[in-house]
Amino acid sequence: MQAPVQDAITVAEEQEKWLADAMALVQHHAFFMHRALDANNLRDALKFSAQMLSELRTSKLSPQKYYELYMRTFDELRKLEIFFKDETKRGRTNADLYELVQHAGNILPRLYLLCTVASVYIKSKEAPAKDILKDLVEMSRGVQHPVRGLFLRSYLSQISRDKLPDIGSEYEGEGGTVMDAVEFVLQNFTEMNKLWVRMQHQGPAREKERREKERRELRDLVGKNLHVLSQLEGVDLDMYKDVVLPRVLEQVVNCKDEIAQYYLMDCIIQVFPDDYHLQTLETLLGACPQLQPTVDVKTVMSQLMERLSNYAASSSEVLPDLLHVEAFAKLSSAVVKVIEAQPDMPLVGAVSLHVALLTFTLRVHVDRLDYVDQVLGACVKKLEGKGKVKDSKATKQIVALLSAPLEKYNDVVTVLRLTNYSKVMEHLDYETNKVMAVVIIQSIMKNNTSISSSEKVDALFELLKELIKDSEGAPSMDEIDEDDFMEEQNLVARLVHMLVNKDHEEMFKILTTARKHFGQGGPKRLKFTLPPLIFAALKLVRCLQGHDAGDEALVSPKKIFQFLHQTVEALSTVPAPELALRLYLQCAEAASDCSLEPVAYEFFTQAFLLYEEEIADSRAQVTAMQLIIGTLQRTYVFGVENRDTLTHKATGYSAKLLKKPDQCRAVYACSHLFWLEEDGGTQDGERVLLCLKRALRIANAAQQMSSVTRGSSGPLTLFVEILNKYLYYFEKGIPQVTSNLIQGLLELIGTELQSENTAQDRAVDAFFASTRRYIQFQKQKGDDLAERYSSIQVVSPP
Amino acid sequence: MVLVLALGDLHIPHRAPDLPAKFKSMLVPGKIQHIISPGNLCIKEVHDYLKSLCPDLHVTRGEYDEDLRYPESEQLKIGEFKLGICHGHQVIPWGDLDSLAMLQRQLDVDILITGHTHQFKAYKHEGGVIINPGSATGAYSSISYDINPSFVLMDIDGLRVVVYVYELIDGEVKVDKIDFKKPQTAA
Repeated sequence: MQAPVQDAITVAEEQEKWLADAMALVQHHAFFMHRALDANNLRDALKFSAQMLSELRTSKLSPQKYYELYMRTFDELRKLEIFFKDETKRGRTNADLYELVQHAGNILPRLYLLCTVASVYIKSKEAPAKDILKDLVEMSRGVQHPVRGLFLRSYLSQISRDKLPDIGSEYEGEGGTVMDAVEFVLQNFTEMNKLWVRMQHQGPAREKERREKERRELRDLVGKNLHVLSQLEGVDLDMYKDVVLPRVLEQVVNCKDEIAQYYLMDCIIQVFPDDYHLQTLETLLGACPQLQPTVDVKTVMSQLMERLSNYAASSSEVLPDLLHVEAFAKLSSAVVKVIEAQPDMPLVGAVSLHVALLTFTLRVHVDRLDYVDQVLGACVKKLEGKGKVKDSKATKQIVALLSAPLEKYNDVVTVLRLTNYSKVMEHLDYETNKVMAVVIIQSIMKNNTSISSSEKVDALFELLKELIKDSEGAPSMDEIDEDDFMEEQNLVARLVHMLVNKDHEEMFKILTTARKHFGQGGPKRLKFTLPPLIFAALKLVRCLQGHDAGDEALVSPKKIFQFLHQTVEALSTVPAPELALRLYLQCAEAASDCSLEPVAYEFFTQAFLLYEEEIADSRAQVTAMQLIIGTLQRTYVFGVENRDTLTHKATGYSAKLLKKPDQCRAVYACSHLFWLEEDGGTQDGERVLLCLKRALRIANAAQQMSSVTRGSSGPLTLFVEILNKYLYYFEKGIPQVTSNLIQGLLELIGTELQSENTAQDRAVDAFFASTRRYIQFQKQKGDDLAERYSSIQVVSPP
Repeated sequence: MVLVLALGDLHIPHRAPDLPAKFKSMLVPGKIQHIISPGNLCIKEVHDYLKSLCPDLHVTRGEYDEDLRYPESEQLKIGEFKLGICHGHQVIPWGDLDSLAMLQRQLDVDILITGHTHQFKAYKHEGGVIINPGSATGAYSSISYDINPSFVLMDIDGLRVVVYVYELIDGEVKVDKIDFKKPQTAA
């Protein structure tokens, strides 16, 4: 296991050593070269420079180290170039020099020296630039070792950059035309690419990885040529379209090399201007399906689409151009072709291509919902027959595909118009589908989006179906985390408030549609989803209240109450009796407000039935009675007969509560059922007093029971509470509640409190004290009430 | 100086999707020392949210609260003031001030906070205050019509409390102020 590590260390050390050796030799030869230069000794200068350049013949160095060596010699060659220039001033012709350097024995030094002389030669314009360049680019073929060849040609490219016969250049005309310049660069590019590709196939297969790394380090040498092309003034759109692009693409496609194809496609996209891409879109895209199946085409195409969309965003004048060249159509068909051409492309690749296309579409053609839908449709086609996607990477891309329109439009209603949206979503697995559904609801909530028609509710709930009902493939309820489930269902419940339309008929349709969907959710969901629906319906009732539309109307309070009745009933069968009882009471009060006595009576009946049959817990019974009494107290619609029945029931059940204190409190609360403040409401002092007396009897019984079981009577709080009720009705002026009764109760409590038999309770003392303070306060008010209070004597505490 | 937030009857998710965004942006953690709520939050998420604003949270039980552990009523002392909390559905007739005053005597508190009616009320009487902070979400109620979302912030300083009422009217937050001084009790 240690061997490779040791190998790695030796390789690195070896490289360092070889480089140091080579550098030392370059230094050595350069020293003599300098001496020759100083002595104007051309022959020695050539000799030593050739020896120096011979060091570049090494095959030992890695490309990176070779580069360092190259840079070192490059600096020396600049000095030599200056010397050559001085030499011509001293009378030697350039042609002469060009001949002379060819005497160097080895091809590599010879070509470097030739290039160096050529630089001076072209500048002198003693021969046409095109001829010299052509000569050099041809001769460089003599070096076929990839690394050596690449650097040599890179040198050629370097010295020739500012000497190309481009339009507007001083070398144009006699030196040649831009065509010659382009031809030269293209040829150099082609040769360099060939050398670069050939690297891949040299050396043992086990070093493939290292070789690929080295190749990547060299890629910019090749790409530089494309950059030079893009900088040429003479390469206008026509030249690009007719010559440059076809030739470059030809080389890209034909080299059949994955690394080269990916890099060069990317390079083309980056270096040439946007409008060139736009005008040659078909050609450029045409190359994509011809690339090797392993090339990451989706990234290449995404880059192109990103550039185009940035371009479109840069100016409003660009969009018509995009439309004119039918960019969208071309891109979509290219996506299809690429996917067809690469049958082995993993699903994630295909979906990401659609994500890229969708991103482009949403940026450039945000108003073209049909385009967006088309992209989704194309993706559906690709997913067809694949069922639920299991690959997690592909799933991620599908989520990206679905999220993009949500994020762009910030409006689910717009998204609902995309017919293919739900079809894409179908392919998400159960969990991810739910996550997506949650994202959709969150988007609605965040953007305050109203879902304003029953059709939209249908479409939306179709998207959210994994949340709303159990579909095939969903895990069974026991496998689902309870907290997660609750959170999701509460989110659905919140969503109900976003289903709104000011039009009452449509609103009612919305509610019935939602009800239909929720109905399929099973009992576990109903208790979450139905209550908000019920309150939405109650709100609608309130809007219609007082507008008598007649029985013919599509929506009326009566119809909504039918809906409410069924819906609450469904809830009671869940079973959720306590919730259903509360909601029946809400409905009863709403029906009362609409003056629908039979409806209100029916709701009360249902509430009582639930109380009788379903609510067994004594604490739940107490609360239920409070709510029944509280609601009944406020329900004014009932005639004498119905009212009697219901109050009779309420007082009856109150007296049957389990614990005496609860009985007592419920019974004195019932007194309020007989004294309504409203105009024309029941005001029956006798029965008020009966309730209070009954409460007092229960309080007494509670005290006695406490004596028996605990040996001391319980706290007197119930008596003080009843005393306060007496005061309440006394102030209302009920003739049956007299100051004598109050006086009696005050004294009773006073005596009991002093009795040794009574359990001490500071809370009761405080309550009684504050009640006495209250009486004092009322006595001192100086109004009519104070007058009546004057006959009550507050016994001072012992 | 102590800041006490009083809010209740949110009825999330039964009657409202969430607190109004304007309220949410006003309610930031770290500014409030106590939260008291008469109840009807109704779900744990809301409880957790309030807890995130201020860990000292006192809630009494509304009839729609799913958490059965909330007490029916609670008394606590903040500075010089005794405060009582109760949802109010237990006090019949609902929202009736005389009946609530009786509860206040029973709990023996200076300030009584109740809910249930969804209507903001602040009522001073014989040495006490009864406050109903209304519904923080403006939730539907069978008792009240035209409900605006509201909550109350109490600034308790010695024997003085300033009650600020925040009400959301047509999308704008209106603030009202009520001053209350506790009478010095004779020793």
